Amino acid sequence: MRKPYQLHVNGQTLDVLDPVPGESLMTVLRERLGLRGTKTACSEGECGSCSVLVDGELMCSCLVMAAAVTDRAITTVEGLGDDGISDIQRAFVECGAVQCGFCTPGLIVAAHALLDRHPDATTDTVREELAGNLCRCTGYGRIIDAIHSVAIARRGGRP
Amino acid sequence: MLVSSPRSLEEALAALGDGSCRPLAGGTDLMVAVNHGHPMTSDVVSLDRVDEIRGLTLDGDVVRIGGAATWTLIADEPVRSTVPALAQAARTVGSPQIRNAGTIGGNIATASPAGDSLGVLAALDATVEVRSASRTRLMAIPDVIIGPKVTSLEADELIVAVHVPVVRGWQSYAKVGVRNAMVIATVGVATVVNEEARSVSFGLTSVGPTPLRCPDAEVAACEAFWTLDGTPRTPTARDIGHIAELVMEGAQPIDDHRSSVEYRRHSVGVLAARHLRTAARTLREQ
Ligand SMILES: Cc1cc2nc3c(=O)[nH]c(=O)nc-3n(C[C@H](O)[C@H](O)[C@H](O)COP(=O)(O)OP(=O)(O)OC[C@H]3O[C@@H](n4cnc5c(N)ncnc54)[C@H](O)[C@@H]3O)c2cc1C
Ligand code: FES
Ligand code: FES
Repeated sequence: MRKPYQLHVNGQTLDVLDPVPGESLMTVLRERLGLRGTKTACSEGECGSCSVLVDGELMCSCLVMAAAVTDRAITTVEGLGDDGISDIQRAFVECGAVQCGFCTPGLIVAAHALLDRHPDATTDTVREELAGNLCRCTGYGRIIDAIHSVAIARRGGRP
Repeated sequence: MLVSSPRSLEEALAALGDGSCRPLAGGTDLMVAVNHGHPMTSDVVSLDRVDEIRGLTLDGDVVRIGGAATWTLIADEPVRSTVPALAQAARTVGSPQIRNAGTIGGNIATASPAGDSLGVLAALDATVEVRSASRTRLMAIPDVIIGPKVTSLEADELIVAVHVPVVRGWQSYAKVGVRNAMVIATVGVATVVNEEARSVSFGLTSVGPTPLRCPDAEVAACEAFWTLDGTPRTPTARDIGHIAELVMEGAQPIDDHRSSVEYRRHSVGVLAARHLRTAARTLREQ
């Protein structure tokens, strides 16, 4: 039975009509709600390109059953910045942390979760916490630089 | 196919009562299967809102971990200081994304030979609390996990908790994989030196159809850590070499896409010996 339901995404309540039973949040976001910032690659939790926040917790949306999170607050990359672009997004641009860009939305979401949980993150913490996001282009150096620069800026310049 | 999100354990057990529904916890095993062409046909009971089984409590010398507690929760305090081997295993699971979603109950119910918690729980003699609407069963790990990906759970049953004893002494979990993060164990070894019971136990992951204990190695280790009258002693390098050999003999590895029999057997010996050396040094310095 295809029972419609609602999801709360980026502060809005959206109708999911004619869903396929058991489909993932990733598929619903992209195919039914048109939110294509969330990327799809492996569909098995390995790459992190589909990362979203579910009640503030970082998850792979490909492994979340959409119909099981109808009363959760979902945040995608489109919903992070207050006025369109967040400090982390700006730092990615400024530090040159983007090459082909495929991994970028997932990494941006993961970086938000990381700095919320560990405002004092060291480079080691950043590396461990980004283990679920694969980037095949950059070698991670500039991504880590970008996140580090935001951590420092958020604590008022204290390194 | 319907998805329900009960708010209490009672409701969840009632929903599973006729045996036709499937529990869903973090989805990190189940959704991989669904995405890879095994669509859900049965109704799903999500455990996401069953708060009674999502937390953990320290009760004297037992940590009661909810069946739907996540790895993120288990990797942190109070498990980190009371059952360090389990917190270490939790920290090696997947990535932050996987640890935020994946649960200990899902790990046990999946019963993968590579499940990172399973060797630790076997070595610690943890008890799994399983409930249906009409009964409760308390089971040891070998009674729950009876084959590779096979459990003795009935369709109407849930893992509601895992009771893990707090052991005074030394314990650790070590894992070999192709990289540091996001890796399924090629080999995992849990070692527990229990100073109160004067016993040593090993729990092996990914080298047998189910998590394995090593009775021969455990007897030898006990004799190496205590004299016959129970006085602590420090195992010699020779003792450790001998015990590691026995652990290697206790392993039942296979060749598969992840590794070979030889490599797995060798690694088990390396990890066990490393654990024993660290345990001996740590206990001597206390
Ligand atoms: C990218 C990736 C990396 C991973 N890395 C690791 C790793 O390093 N180590 C490791 O051990 N595992 C790993 N896994 C496997 C998986 O994350 C774990 O086994 C996890 O603990 C499963 O829990 P879950 O809550 O997500 O289970 P789910 O997928 O929700 O459920 C799995 C099965 O258990 C049943 N079930 C769930 N909860 C209960 C319960 N309380 N009672 C009875 N039955 C239940 C479900 O019906 C289903 O059959 C990885 C998976 C992915 C996708
Ligand atoms: S698409 Fe979800 S982790 Fe790769
Ligand atoms: S920039 Fe290309 S994958 Fe990361």
